[in-house]
Amino acid sequence: MSRRPYRRPVSAFSWWLAQPRYVRYMARETSSVFIGAYTGVLVVGLVRLSQGAEAWNSFVAALQTPASVAFHLLALAFALYHTTTWFNVTPKAMPMQIGETRLPGNVIIGAHYAGWAVVSALILFLAGG
Amino acid sequence: MARSNKPIVWALFAAGGTFTAFVTPVMIVVTGLAVAFGLLPAEALAFERVLAVVQNPVGKGFVYLAVVLPAWHAAHRLRITAHDFGIRADTAVMAVCYGLAALATLITFFALLRF
Repeated sequence: MSRRPYRRPVSAFSWWLAQPRYVRYMARETSSVFIGAYTGVLVVGLVRLSQGAEAWNSFVAALQTPASVAFHLLALAFALYHTTTWFNVTPKAMPMQIGETRLPGNVIIGAHYAGWAVVSALILFLAGG
Repeated sequence: MARSNKPIVWALFAAGGTFTAFVTPVMIVVTGLAVAFGLLPAEALAFERVLAVVQNPVGKGFVYLAVVLPAWHAAHRLRITAHDFGIRADTAVMAVCYGLAALATLITFFALLRF
């Protein structure tokens, strides 16, 4: 070992701009900012709901403003990115084995997407019904 | 053997990530976009209707999970992401992230209890 080994200067803040792979990783991780913020919106909504009809109605009115819609569109984009990246690693995160054979990764991923479609359709149906 | 809070945090992260993957996109559409874009009628978010959801035991449980699981998932991921953005004060970051998630959990719990 040399006394002063060379250290390639790497920015602690912007290292991830170096490769598209890192950018995708950071996009996935940044989804947490929007998931967290959306959770905050839900908590505020619950509090407003507990304060009565008038408070709830002003909360719903605030949800219709352009700023709110823009935030929710952005949050949706990140949430969808979270969903696809989460599902796509499920064969690695929880491999399934039946007897001696391993379930192919595509089957595990496909089952998640199918379940997701059912859950989404059900919630949308209940919300509109 | 040294005790660690990792299994608890990881269990919440994994359960939260899975629940978030399945439920959060459609929740964002329902609460934040559907009425604004005319996908659902305005009465979908009417006071009595939403109140009925949180007064129903199943609805209560769902809303609790829909807030708490994504909150802990996001808190844990945000803590790691702060490190990736060059923030090295992990103890402070941890306090803020898990603190906010705990706050969201408590507010949601007591709000739902009162309905």
